[in-house]
Amino acid sequence: METGPIKQKLEQQWQDLSLQLRAIPINPLERKWATIALLIAALFIGIIMIDALVHGINAPSNVETIDSARLHLSEEFAEDNLGVQTDGSGLITVRMVAGRYSFFPKHIDVPAETPVTFRWVSLDVLHGVHIPMTNMSTMIVPGYVAQVTTTFPKPGDYPVLCNEYCGLGHNHMWSNISVIAKEDWAAPVKSAIAGGPENE
Amino acid sequence: MNDAAVRKLALGHLWVAFGAFILACFMGEYQVLERSGLIDALESSSVYFASVSTHGVLMAFVLTTFFIMGFGYYIATTSLKQPLWNQPLAWGGFWVAVAGVVLAAIPLLTGNASVLYTFYPPIQAHVVFYIGATLLIVGSWVWCLIMIVMFSRWKQANPGQPVPLAMFATTANALLWLWTSAGVALEVLFQLIPLALGWIDSIDPGLARTLFAWTLHPIVYFWLIPAYTAFYVFVPKQAGGFLFSDEVARAAFIILVVFGLPIGFHHLYMDPEQAAGWKLLHGFGTFVVSLPTFVTGFTVIASLEIAGRLRGGKGLFGWIGSLPWTNSMVLAVILSLLMLIFGGFGGLVNASYAMNAMVHNTAWVPGHFHLIFAGTTVIMYFAVAYYLWPILLKKPLFSREMALVQLWTWFIGMTILTTPWHILGLLGQPRRISSVVYNNLLTLSWDPYELAMIVGGLVLLGSACLFIYNLAKTQLSPVQDGFVQEIEYAEPLHAVTSLPEYLNDFKLWNKVIAVLMFISFGVPILQFFFIDTFGSSAWGY
Ligand code: HEM
Ligand SMILES: [Cu+2]
Ligand SMILES: [Cu+2]
Repeated sequence: METGPIKQKLEQQWQDLSLQLRAIPINPLERKWATIALLIAALFIGIIMIDALVHGINAPSNVETIDSARLHLSEEFAEDNLGVQTDGSGLITVRMVAGRYSFFPKHIDVPAETPVTFRWVSLDVLHGVHIPMTNMSTMIVPGYVAQVTTTFPKPGDYPVLCNEYCGLGHNHMWSNISVIAKEDWAAPVKSAIAGGPENE
Repeated sequence: MNDAAVRKLALGHLWVAFGAFILACFMGEYQVLERSGLIDALESSSVYFASVSTHGVLMAFVLTTFFIMGFGYYIATTSLKQPLWNQPLAWGGFWVAVAGVVLAAIPLLTGNASVLYTFYPPIQAHVVFYIGATLLIVGSWVWCLIMIVMFSRWKQANPGQPVPLAMFATTANALLWLWTSAGVALEVLFQLIPLALGWIDSIDPGLARTLFAWTLHPIVYFWLIPAYTAFYVFVPKQAGGFLFSDEVARAAFIILVVFGLPIGFHHLYMDPEQAAGWKLLHGFGTFVVSLPTFVTGFTVIASLEIAGRLRGGKGLFGWIGSLPWTNSMVLAVILSLLMLIFGGFGGLVNASYAMNAMVHNTAWVPGHFHLIFAGTTVIMYFAVAYYLWPILLKKPLFSREMALVQLWTWFIGMTILTTPWHILGLLGQPRRISSVVYNNLLTLSWDPYELAMIVGGLVLLGSACLFIYNLAKTQLSPVQDGFVQEIEYAEPLHAVTSLPEYLNDFKLWNKVIAVLMFISFGVPILQFFFIDTFGSSAWGY
């Protein structure tokens, strides 16, 4: 295919455009202000990019599907496997099911100052979950597994709240989590199961 | 000539908008009362969620769409000095949209569509709700068509001439809305209606949320652009000065439209069905689109400064005092900018990707959008109404003092309502709850803020009633012979004689939008057809 003329045409158009761009009168003060605004935006973008790409601080985005209608048949989210589990290397995974109107299991214990990976699924509609004062927050979309890894700095009892409208009982949808000082926490005696971050 | 007919058309639209508004304000006050748990007899989650769903739909879809259509028709005929193109079609669009609202209202008010204004599946409303919403959108597309035809015809008749700024902005908004509404239209037509009618038995809620996010961000610019239009084309003149720069205003509208569209995933930061890279890309665009708002703030303040100095204001800040604070348009813009500064700060927090986790879906979010939407944007709708009413009716406004009181009380009420709302969010309160039943100490700290919100809501409700009263009294007052007031568009400091085509037309920008939309939504939508997804069946609520 002949690309020469197309390239020429594009170049010509680009030149026209930049000429036109330079032709509009912009007050010097306004130009300065627009530059400042751009720099502010660049600063924010820079910080976000460094956090995301260097420190790995990302929003929950694992794009992993699951059949929400057959959770009980899935090995990972069968009732016996829910809650806190530790694998051989000490990694902590918490598997939780959201369904109208609670999070299951209704109470869990996790250690402070230790990375904890949550895996959330819905068995019915759209839910959201947030542990106030922490960044443990994600939407729980039916058909998808939402995964969040976080570290709780302070021991204490926290509520686990549904934060997306899921029906008339939405405000009754909550459970509890106890964050326990690292040295007082004992891993539950359960064997790790397949699925999740450790077999990626 | 047909001036009277256009005035009637505009008034018809504006009355529907404000009728929806006042009804929804009563619901808003009921909601803050119910939520607080102060009055036991009020407690009912089914009434509450029917109310929030109706309040949200009336404010976000009915008030805005009808206001924008009515305002647009009048802008088009007066700024282009052209008769309305195809008046019967315009009325047709109006009636289709009204029919849509009435249809949607039936299930909403009877508790058969308590799915909130975002209607996220797989929770399902009565099918009539979706059909009503679709008709409202179809009616608004008629408006878009009329705006675009009038724009093009004027350009044909006036080759090489700059399109008046007011019409440039209005056409930008019509195009923006066509692009914006496509996302939700796809969701409703291919997912929600077929599911509600039982033609299909499951849908993918991840795809539905992705399509809705396509609409959810730019729709806020659809609501905001009339307010910015008033900033640029009315305020400078009303303040007694000139518009600082006409060209930069056009550039600001173009950037709003072009970059407002491909960034909807900042609503999905916390969603599992989209990958981090796409979210970062949309996050990037979100910061780019803060630029036109910074520029708008600058241009408006610079225009006000010119006016203040022309009126004899001296010194660094002396010009502020010499502005005509008793002109409702000028007062409104000052209050609107104040709310924009605080609301914009909150918006930067929301936009900040991982930081969003701390505020996502907490009470912070309705606090934020009441401040910037019900505050910044709607206060300009008031100002436009006060400005247009005497022109549309050919009667003086019933009371200008009342208008000033109304604008001040809207600002004060909004401050009292939204400050505690933001704090509640930081204290972890989720949004969209009808009462607080969490058996937890944390929730005790929420009580005083909920009480403050009742007061804020009451002030706002009073203010809203003053607004409607003033407009109705003006409408019902006897005709005054010899009263004439014409619409006046602000003149730029430096007259624009010629413009490069890209600042005077949208052909290039439509192509740019198509490319950007393909880049930012192409793969994220197509992925649902390539990965193994599992649909959800419909659920009640
Ligand atoms: C009288 C003044 C008002 C009061 C007291 C009020 C109060 C409320 C309350 C309590 C909610 C429920 C929020 C939640 O559950 O998280 C709500 C929702 C909403 N309000 Fe208002 N509001 C008022 C005016 C307005 C105005 C003027 C607008 C916009 C023009 C507006 C737009 C909305 C929207 C779109 C929602 C739906 C939010 C959702 O579904 O999460 N409100 N309002
Ligand atoms: Cu919920
Ligand atoms: Cu947005």
